[in-house]
Amino acid sequence: MSVQLVIEQLFNGFQLGMMLFLMAVGVTLVFGIMRVINLAHGSMFMFGGYFLAEATTHTDSIVLACIVTIAAIAAVGVLTELVVLRPLYNRSHLDQVLATFGLTLIFNEAVNMIWGREPLFLNIPDALNGSVNILPGVPYPVYRLAITGFSIVIGGLLYLLINFTRVGALIRAGSDKREIVQALGVNIGLLYTIVFALGAVLAAMAGMLTGPLLSVESGIGDPILIMTLVVVVIGGMGSIRGALAGALIVGVFDTMCRVFLPMLFGGDAATALVGMAIYILMAAVLLYSRSGLFNAARG
Amino acid sequence: MTRQARLLFYMALIALAAAVPGLGDVFYTRLATQIAIYGMVALSVDLLVGYAGLLTFGHAAFFGIGAYVTGILSTHGLLSAFLVWPIAIAATMLAGLVIGALALRTRGFQFIMVTLAFAQMIYYFWLSQRSLGGENGFSIPKRNVIVGFINMENHTTFYYVVLSLLVVVTLLSLRLVNSQFGMVIQGIRDNERRVFAIGFPAYRYKLTTFCISAGIAGLAGALMANHTSHVGTDMMSWQQSGNFLAMVILGSSGTLIGPIFGAAVFTIFQQVVSDLSTHWLFYFGLLIVLRILLFKRSIFHFLVAPESGEDAKQQTKNGGSRAGGPSPVIEAEVKS
Repeated sequence: MSVQLVIEQLFNGFQLGMMLFLMAVGVTLVFGIMRVINLAHGSMFMFGGYFLAEATTHTDSIVLACIVTIAAIAAVGVLTELVVLRPLYNRSHLDQVLATFGLTLIFNEAVNMIWGREPLFLNIPDALNGSVNILPGVPYPVYRLAITGFSIVIGGLLYLLINFTRVGALIRAGSDKREIVQALGVNIGLLYTIVFALGAVLAAMAGMLTGPLLSVESGIGDPILIMTLVVVVIGGMGSIRGALAGALIVGVFDTMCRVFLPMLFGGDAATALVGMAIYILMAAVLLYSRSGLFNAARG
Repeated sequence: MTRQARLLFYMALIALAAAVPGLGDVFYTRLATQIAIYGMVALSVDLLVGYAGLLTFGHAAFFGIGAYVTGILSTHGLLSAFLVWPIAIAATMLAGLVIGALALRTRGFQFIMVTLAFAQMIYYFWLSQRSLGGENGFSIPKRNVIVGFINMENHTTFYYVVLSLLVVVTLLSLRLVNSQFGMVIQGIRDNERRVFAIGFPAYRYKLTTFCISAGIAGLAGALMANHTSHVGTDMMSWQQSGNFLAMVILGSSGTLIGPIFGAAVFTIFQQVVSDLSTHWLFYFGLLIVLRILLFKRSIFHFLVAPESGEDAKQQTKNGGSRAGGPSPVIEAEVKS
């Protein structure tokens, strides 16, 4: 176990953490403001990969492809909110959870119907191919660095959006006391749509960024969604700051366990522990505090 | 329906179910067996969702544990159903105790996410057991044995065993929810703080219900392992947990009998549509979404719901705090 390996894995963990953060923002905002758990959020991650793969076959410009993809995802998000979620806000939790579960089934099969069951592959843009030395003797793929960079930029923009714009103020107010926001004459329906589409776009961005590292296939978003739920539980529901902290903790912890547990002891025990690690972490956090590390009331 | 009419209806239903092997095709017998097993899980989920107001998205884990324990014992030569099934139930209830003790520290939406996460943890545990076939699982050479003259390898005999167990479990569950215990957990569903204030330890009631429900799912898992002679991790995927909830909602939550109808709808739908299209999950998703968006109640609701309109109304708000109620943060501080 060398210092280089630890540093490399820290970078990997940070990158996974930032990607989980992009996912977690959508889950936590939709929960905080609409009081709905959106199990179809993983589908938006998947759509990010599929739409980008489709867009790149029509244009050579990766920037244009990204813009088209994001616009398409936003449209899917708006439609989903208007058609499926909107009628459910006053229904039981069971209805809400199952409707978004049903959506996941629909979306997962829809991509099979449109693109077939064969996985698609996204190419890393040429400019971002290769690797650089992040420290002397520690080569690291440029693309992974770029993902981390992009996610930090997106996170920064999100921070500005939430803290310094009118929509952001409404989002903050909405997650605190949505009845009062509504009573003040804000078009809460519009706010719901914006928040949902924003979450969808962020999830899709996570999918677009990590797409080239995975094969894009039906259901790729599902395990990531469940990791995201763990992040949100650890960070505290409804809190963006908590989502960031939870995402980084889970990202680094998961990556470290994946690399170092098999070194400590081999066999099925290690594989089992690796798979269970973040859930054990979640259990530990729940024992410490039942509302997660940060709760919405504290920001 | 009046009480007598309903009783008559249930008798007719059991008679109908018992007559399935009379169709003479083993295919229908096996389909009915699967419906009965799924019906048992759906009932156990309804015990939590419809009565205790605990929306679990991880019940497939208990189903899976029951199946795996049965599979492991059977391949090691322990075949007596009187030993294997109680052990499977006990193991599942133990898992339910540990998971429930932690998950019940949370409530509402967090509970959904935590149960889903723990189920995923159990999924990964079995997935990593290469000696048990990993993802593919393993086959079980022989079904469990009850007594010598009951030939469990015969599909019809096995079906009657499953059907009898389903009837027994249903009767016991109906008895449970109508007992004082049942009243307390329904009270917790409707207003936990009040029940707590009267002096009932809400947490312990919820945990007990969680364990009982897990145990029933474990028994169903044991039966499923016997039914298919195979166990695999797909039995406890998160989609499976979703399917179980879908069965509850396709039937009618808070009725115990309704979810058994739901299980029948699910199984038959899967059978028929997957014959017509490889994309049956698309249509199943559509079925769930349309059912929820277009109807407030399941079509079976009028057959199986309790007489009083009050109960039906309360079901629409199971699951704890919504707008207007105390905030989850404040509620979380009410220590149970």
